[in-house]
Formats: sequence, structure tokens, C-alpha cells
Amino acid sequence: MGVSRGALAAPMDTGILRVALRIGVAPILIVVLVGAMALVEPRFFSRLNIINILRNFSFLSMIAIGQMLVMIVGGFDMCVGAVMALASVSGAMTMGAALVAFPDLPVWLVCLAGVMVALGVGTLAGLVNGLLVIGLRISPFMGTLGMMSALGGLALFFTRGVPITTVPREFVSDLGRGMWLGLPLIVWIVAGVILLAWWVMEQTAGGRHLYAAGGNPQAARASGIASGRVVTSAYMASGLLAAGAGILMTARVGSGQPILGSTAAIESIAAAVLGGVSLRGGIGRVTRVVTAALFLAILSNVLNLARVDSKWQTLILGIAVILAVLIELKASRRSDNE
Amino acid sequence: MLLQATGISKIYPGVTALDRIDFDLKAGEVHVLFGENGAGKSTMIGILSGLRSPDSGSLAVNDRPVRNLDPQKAREMGIAAVFQEFSLVPSLSVLDNIFLGREITRFGRIDRRAMARRARVVLDELGYDIPLHAMVAGLSRAHMQMVEIAKALIVDACVLILDEPTASLTDSEADQLLAVVHRLRERGVGIIYVSHRLREIRALADRITVLRSGTLVGTITGVDATEERLVEMMTGRKIDALFPEMRHRPKEVGLAVEGLSLADGRLTDIALTVRRGEAVGIAGLVGCGKSEVGRAVFGVERLSAGRVTVGGRAVRPRSPRQMLREGLCYFPSDRNAEGLALERPIVESCSMAALDLPHLGGSGWLRRSAENARVAEAMKRLALRPPAITAPVASLSGGNRQKVMLGRGLLRDLDVYIFDEPTVGIDVGAKVEVYRFIADLVEAGAAVLIISSELPEILALSNRIYVMHEGRIVRELEGKDATEANVLTGFFGREERAHAPAAHAAGAVEVRAWA
Repeated sequence: MGVSRGALAAPMDTGILRVALRIGVAPILIVVLVGAMALVEPRFFSRLNIINILRNFSFLSMIAIGQMLVMIVGGFDMCVGAVMALASVSGAMTMGAALVAFPDLPVWLVCLAGVMVALGVGTLAGLVNGLLVIGLRISPFMGTLGMMSALGGLALFFTRGVPITTVPREFVSDLGRGMWLGLPLIVWIVAGVILLAWWVMEQTAGGRHLYAAGGNPQAARASGIASGRVVTSAYMASGLLAAGAGILMTARVGSGQPILGSTAAIESIAAAVLGGVSLRGGIGRVTRVVTAALFLAILSNVLNLARVDSKWQTLILGIAVILAVLIELKASRRSDNE
Repeated sequence: MLLQATGISKIYPGVTALDRIDFDLKAGEVHVLFGENGAGKSTMIGILSGLRSPDSGSLAVNDRPVRNLDPQKAREMGIAAVFQEFSLVPSLSVLDNIFLGREITRFGRIDRRAMARRARVVLDELGYDIPLHAMVAGLSRAHMQMVEIAKALIVDACVLILDEPTASLTDSEADQLLAVVHRLRERGVGIIYVSHRLREIRALADRITVLRSGTLVGTITGVDATEERLVEMMTGRKIDALFPEMRHRPKEVGLAVEGLSLADGRLTDIALTVRRGEAVGIAGLVGCGKSEVGRAVFGVERLSAGRVTVGGRAVRPRSPRQMLREGLCYFPSDRNAEGLALERPIVESCSMAALDLPHLGGSGWLRRSAENARVAEAMKRLALRPPAITAPVASLSGGNRQKVMLGRGLLRDLDVYIFDEPTVGIDVGAKVEVYRFIADLVEAGAAVLIISSELPEILALSNRIYVMHEGRIVRELEGKDATEANVLTGFFGREERAHAPAAHAAGAVEVRAWA
């Protein structure tokens, strides 16, 4: 057998860093945070607070999974927030228009129509992103940044900046505030989405192709994978998931909001990077990204309980992202040296 | 006819990579594609496997014309390829890579067990022992090569393209591969084999097609292929005319390195000397660390220990800027990535490393006329064609780009020149000029270090040869000992270090463990 360089490479450092590199920093941070709260803040463990955390976690993990898919194929999706807003607005407007035009239609059909339009708008936005990046070879960052402004502008144009309040009451009471087995319906829906995403990424050929297209595009092409189509579908999935988050948010707050998701891009990228998604593509796991999203949801809740000003929270999020990128850099240098 | 290519041309900006090439492949034969680096072999097999599309010419598979071949179509038609630049995804496991694009699924779920069974069959036939669930990123080059081969063999291919498949394998690993190639040929598979290892060509070839600078030199049968004939076809001239006569007159030490190691372990305890008035070669397989020696001395890599003296002065290589001022220059192997500003004019790329000199730009103001004059003079000496120094570097062919880079060495007063793969990807004509340039430097009394994977180049140009293996110098060869056979045995680290090379320079500074 040939002598392997890998075999000669020094074993990884021991201690916290090694654990962090294997399972990610998020689980460790969650344990630390929850442990600290157990000591100083009993309110943290109240039922209402935990439900609150889970709900915020649901919205975040949904867009974070979309962001992860796009980052795995070597891109960024800066316009997830704008897609949320546009989906929220277009869904609410569709429901309002349907209520006026067909007063006899059952309410669930009206809601379904709104949801389908919202998801369609999100998927379409993702398709445009994919075409910009693959067809026109615009850098993912700039392409989706442009789309962020364009879609946000569209949402404001349709609503003139005013929330759309023509959402059926049942949509809010049954979906947005609905409970099942003691947990919000929204949490169950997102759990299903997470499970589906995990299955696709870990168990199907489609997931493999996504990793391949990001890990080494030339290799993917040489292996007969239509990498352009794979990359485009990642952007479409991200758009679909962002629109899903937008419509769930609509059900939660009871109106179509044109200014939804202003921090969605940074938060979803933070969750992805904290969850070990490589900025160079090819690496990223659903379980770890979802754990990172849970950590961010808990962190923001803890800071709220401690009455930390929201401006400071933004600052802390920024520092967390930079630290996560530093850890990722260290990890990738390590693997380069092997 | 299994595969037939007629009148294939491919033009890149500034270079004709292929010029009306005819090529065909019968079932059950091994057809070797032979030629120098940059002769167009890689482009040719890229076209035959659908990775690149030709600008003109036609392809036919099983006597049926094929239009717009892409990798997917090629695989469907039974064309499998093992590429030199690996087509593996580092972040996926060995098994996932072998089956990439052709996963076995059950109800939409990847069936890892079925995939592992089939992979084992292929790997056992090859006699390779690779852990199926290891990440490709952590494998050695040889193992990656084996995965690549297994990936091509996992399908029942009727055409198999192998691009220098043994380049990073040991002899016994290569023999196993050759045995498999024999078996496949008996089964009626047509094999296109790219190599310049004469041993393999003799063992395998039914026919040999020779390319030179993108043109077809001719096709001969394996029986007619003698070494002299092949080399003559490959270079277009007798081999002794390719290299200039080297007049080494070793004087005082120009560059001395002792105990040099890299922080990341890619080099261990390197010691070598280069005297003024001689050229010294470093030979070794890809990945043995020979490039890193040049890079480390030039201050690009992070050293953990080592003493370096340039022209008798002890220096600690920290940055290329500092080493240039010390009188040492390194010409990187990847010109396009590390050497040249492709979109900028030739004159800028050439003078880039000398702008701190007072007569060019050291005062803060650029002296454009002096810059132009010096660059024009250097380019004239190196015979740049065409000699228009205001054109962007990107418009030049590989050989002329190399001349632009080498021109930098003429703009400063330097004592030590380090060439890393000086002739990779350039045509024969330019090679001769580069060799001439090196010979002139040696004659003028410079210390020259040549790092190259082209063994003939090392053998012809060097006064002494260091052979490297796995980040160490394993042999130092001089005079009658500097033979191809001796260098090759050193490639695989079979021989212990012949003797410790002497490098004694007064006043060398101990620089252990500075980071």
C-alpha cells in the first residue's frame, strides 16, 4: 500500500476544540445557557416561555435550512427576508381577494389558495435567484442582494407599506394560534419540514448530488450530474422554505406584513455557520443547523429575560457570527493540512 | 469502430490546443495517447469524455455520429474516464464518490449496503484496500487515485479513458492496475491510455498516437515503438538538441539551507546547497514537497525550523518582498494563479517585483519610460512573441506567459534563481528558450535551483540532483550517479539517505520554532 499522508498527519488537538469540531459548538452552548438559567432564572422554564422559544425556533430553523441548502451548493441567499415579506403580503392579499370575490367559498379553501400563492411566489423568487447565479453567472451574494431589494420593494409597492389585514379569522385561530398535543401547530409543521429535509439530505441521491455540486462542481459534472439544475433547485427550496416561514408568521400575527424578516438573512446565515455549514460549499448537516437555530432562539430569549436592549442583541449576534466563522476557518485549515 | 474522432479542433484564447486531430479506438485494444505536457492530450480526452466541446470536428460512437456530447451522455454510452485532476468530492465518503451520479436506491432511499457490496467486488479485483466510509478529503493522493479508478470501473464501460492513472501510484500498485487493464482489454473494452511512462507503454500499447503542440504527429503500432522513435516524435527533434550544453563552474555557495522544516509538517529537515555557477535539481513525485522547498525559501510557507543563507548572508525567510531584496527569486509553477496579473499589460506583470528599485519606482513615482525600456530589453532577450509589451498577459500562450514571468529575474540583480516546474504547459520551442535562459544564468555565475517533475529536464540541466520523498531529501546524486534509474528508486523512498548533504555557511542563524 502507498504511504498515506493522512496517516502521518498529527492527531487533532484534544479538549473542547476537538469536541466542538465534531458535534459543533451549538449543543455545548445550549447546555451552558440552560444550565445557567436553571441557577438564576426560574421563569425560563415556565411552559409559556418554552413554547415561545419553540415558536421562534420554528421560524428560524425553517429559513436556516433553506440557507444551508444554498450554502452547501456554494452560494448565499440574502433575500430570504424579502421573500418572507412578499409571501406574507401576497398570501394575505390572495385570501382577502378570494373572500370578496367568492363569499360562498369554504374558508379552508380560501386559506389554501393564499398559502399556495405565497409558496408559489417564494419558489418563483428562488428560481429567479438560481437563474441569475447559474444562467447569468452573477455572484450569489450580489444576485440575491439585488433580489432582496427588488422583492422588498415589490412587497411595499403592493401594500403601500400598510399591513394587509384581510386574513380570515380562522387562519389565525386554527393555524397561527392552534395547538396540538400541548404544542403549537406551527412547531409540529416545522418539525415535519425538518424531518423531510433531513431525509432528503441524508438518505436520497438528490441530497448526495447537492453535496457534490457544492463540494466539487467539476467532479459533479464529470459524474454526470446536472449541477446547474441541482444548484437552481437549492435556491428554489430556500425560496419555498422562506415563503413557508412567511406564511406561518402571517398566521401568527394575523396580517400580511410588508416589512417582515428584516434580520432573516443574517440570522439564518448565523444559524448555518454556527451549525458548521462551510462557506466554501459541500459541507452542512440538517441536525447541526437546526441545533444552532435552537441555540440562537434560546439566546435571544435569555437576553430578553435579562432585559438586554435589542440593540445589544444585534451586536451579540454579529459577534457570534464572526466567532463561528473563525472556528470554521480553523477547521478547514486543519483539513487542508491533512 | 468503437470510437472515432475526425478533424477535432479546439481553440482557447491565444492557443490552439488541438488542430484537426483524427483519433479512433477499436474494441479490445489499448490506444496510448502520447505527448509532452501541453501537447493537447488532456484537451483531447476531455472532448472524448464530453467534458469539453470541440470547436470543430465530429465524433462517432459505435459508428453512429454523436452531437453535443456531455458527461452524462458519455456515461450512458459506456464511456468512463479517470481524470488526472481528480473528479472526487472531498467532503463525501469513498463509497458516495464511487457511486456519485449513479447511486443505487430503494424507494428513493440510498441503498448503502448494495453499493458497498458492488464496490467491494471492484476494489477486490483491483486489489486495493480502501476504507469505504472514509472521507475522501483525508485520503492520500495514491488512495484518491484508486478511488478514481474504482469509480470508472463500477460501470460496465465499453470505452475506458485513463489519464496518467499511475502518476501517484507505487510500482506494485501500478502493476495491479496494468493487470486489470489487460483483463478489460480481453473482455473487449477499448482503452485510451494517456501516459509518458515508457515502461507502461511497452507493456500495454497496441497503438500509439503522438501529439505535439496540438497537432497530430502520427499513429504507430506498439511493436514499432522504440524509445528513440517516441521521443523524436514527441519533441520533433533529437533529444540532445532540446537541451543546451550546460557549463557548470561551481564556485562559492549561493544558497544554503539546513534543517528546514515546515510548521505543518510537509517538509522535514531539508538540507541543500546551491553554488554560484551551477544548476541543482530537485526531483520527486507530485506531492513529495519539492515545490514547498522553493516556496519555503522564498518566504511563502511558514517555517518551524531551519537555517537559510543567501550569498553568505544568514536570512530568515519571512516574505517574498524581503527575499527579493536579499537577491533570491522564485518562479512559481502555477503562473496563472501565483505569478501573473492576467488582465494587466505584460509590462506590469514583468516589472511587478522590481518596482521598489530606485530607478523604477522606489521614490514613490513610477518611471514609466525606464520601466518600459527595461521590460522591453528583458522580453527581447527572452524572445517574447509577439514582442508587444502593452498587450494583456492573458492574450499570450503558455510559453510566452512563462517568458514574462522569467523576465522578472532580469529586472533585478539577483544571486539565486529558483525555478518551480519551469516548463509545465509550454510548447517545445518555448522550452528550448527557457532552458537556454537557465544555461545563460548559470554561465553568468548565478546559483540556480530547478524543481521539476520532468525527469529528462532535471537530468540534462543539473550539476547535482536531490531526490525527495514524503517531505524529505532521500538522495543526493552527482556526476555518474545522476542517472534516471537512481532518481527513480529515490522517488519511492526505497533507499535511505545516501549521505548527509554538506551545507556549511558561516554565521548562519538558528531560527528554530519561530512562527
